[in-house]
Amino acid sequence: MAVSAAIPARAGVGLKAQHYDAVLGERPDVGWFEVHAENYMGAGGPPHHYLAAIRRDYPLSLHGVGLSIGADGPLDEAHLARFRTLVERYEPGLVSEHLAWSTHNGVFFNDLLPVAYTAEAVARVSEHIDRIQEVLGRRILLENPSTYVAFENSEMSELDFLRTVVLRTGCGLLLDVNNVLVSATNQGYGADDYIDGFPLDSVGEIHLGGHARDRDDAGDSLLIDAHDRAVNDKVWALYARTIARGGAKPSLIEWDNDVPAWRMLFAEMRTADRLMSTQAALRRDRLEAGSEAERAKAG
Amino acid sequence: MQKLADQQAAFAAALIDPALPAPPGVRRQAKLPQSRRFDVYRNNMMASLIEAMEATFPAVRRLVGSDFFKAAAKTYIRREPPRSPVLLTYGETFGSFLDDFAPAKGVPYLGDVARLEWARLDAYHAADVEPLPIARLAAVHESELESTKLRLHPSLRLLRSRFPLASLWAASNGTAPSAEVNMQCGEAVAVLRPALAVDVRLLPPGGYEFISQLAAGETLGEAADRAVQSNVGFDLATHLQGLFELGAVVAIDTPRRELQKA
Repeated sequence: MAVSAAIPARAGVGLKAQHYDAVLGERPDVGWFEVHAENYMGAGGPPHHYLAAIRRDYPLSLHGVGLSIGADGPLDEAHLARFRTLVERYEPGLVSEHLAWSTHNGVFFNDLLPVAYTAEAVARVSEHIDRIQEVLGRRILLENPSTYVAFENSEMSELDFLRTVVLRTGCGLLLDVNNVLVSATNQGYGADDYIDGFPLDSVGEIHLGGHARDRDDAGDSLLIDAHDRAVNDKVWALYARTIARGGAKPSLIEWDNDVPAWRMLFAEMRTADRLMSTQAALRRDRLEAGSEAERAKAG
Repeated sequence: MQKLADQQAAFAAALIDPALPAPPGVRRQAKLPQSRRFDVYRNNMMASLIEAMEATFPAVRRLVGSDFFKAAAKTYIRREPPRSPVLLTYGETFGSFLDDFAPAKGVPYLGDVARLEWARLDAYHAADVEPLPIARLAAVHESELESTKLRLHPSLRLLRSRFPLASLWAASNGTAPSAEVNMQCGEAVAVLRPALAVDVRLLPPGGYEFISQLAAGETLGEAADRAVQSNVGFDLATHLQGLFELGAVVAIDTPRRELQKA
């Protein structure tokens, strides 16, 4: 590994096979790349060839989609072992997974399914994260989900659920700002309030992606976390709100379906970088103004 | 209060069976029998798995058309959903599913084409090993050749069909769209990925028997004997050259080296 593993507090891009050649050919100025761990769990072949070449020049974040942390059933230890092999091989700067489940009775549903926010689920999710962190020998980040249904027996808010899991396990959080807008719209709460209440000190990474619009049976707006288009203006606004309070964080552009040309993804990444420097400048101004006011008061 | 285990069991059952209503315990609109909210999960699962299968089986899809393929894939996914969170090689049994899929019985070679496409996928993700050049065989003394064993590339897959599999595949993947395909003539193929690209090669008569014996750990002499039984004109030198040119050989075990290891 030629480049340090550490993920810088700047924008990164979700690496797609379509862009291997563009990245290796142009060596674009990208802070870091992220891949879905499960796409690199084959024995060999082109995926490893290209990822190894890209890892030589860029820090890497590993994002799991199959550990099924929110499942009632036990973790798949064989899968966890595959995950560890990948972590050892590529030395990622960040490792993350979802607050969701995807496997039941051995069947893998290839989707991130919702968890009821109960004390029982907090306990199960925390046990699973403890085990993952033990096997991987490191802290992981847990991502807030996009949800289309909620459960009648939920006993707490999503934020309280996440806060409790962080306290119990010492894990960090991955704040997916697009998921915030999707879930807030679908479940009828305020996205701004959610962001304002999010424990940003625990956030090690931010996700930005595009969503599709639909309507539910009652004709209410239903947003779908499709990752198939550019980041929406409302999501950019939520993102600005997030970094205005929490400061710059590693921020990923996720575009997994209808993948565009490399330059389009690169442009999205630049937008995130620009927003981070703008907000950093505003924060500095605010801090200076604040300390001047303090001095004025003291004087 | 509903336990997590029961809740997830009900949710999983409704995901896989579209005739079931949305699971109990979900809130408000999601409760409707055909809830669009719950259907997002059903659609996500089905659409993403169908898409994965379309990427794996482009020739099958081209042969039967997009709508037929989607319907077949949907039935397959409900019957044999993924059993692993690693989807890279999902669809191994799609060929045998198609063999017995009544709506496809007019296309009896469909299963073989699917097996070939899956073998390509499996070879794509197989372990990487540098193939040996044929020059290395020159170091083996002539008297030892018969009892020498060849270790073959981990990506090598062999398929034999009562249909002209290699020709059908070439005709349906766009590389030789107008080639004549003689349906009376069965073909055997080798699938291999010596470097980054997956090769599909038509095997000459006797080639399948020869290579499958080598793959089973038999000596060159035994493998050649078996090949001669199926094709009297089998020529060892030609086949050995073909095998090395393909990049299929990764190690040569002469009897002496075997002895050293023991």
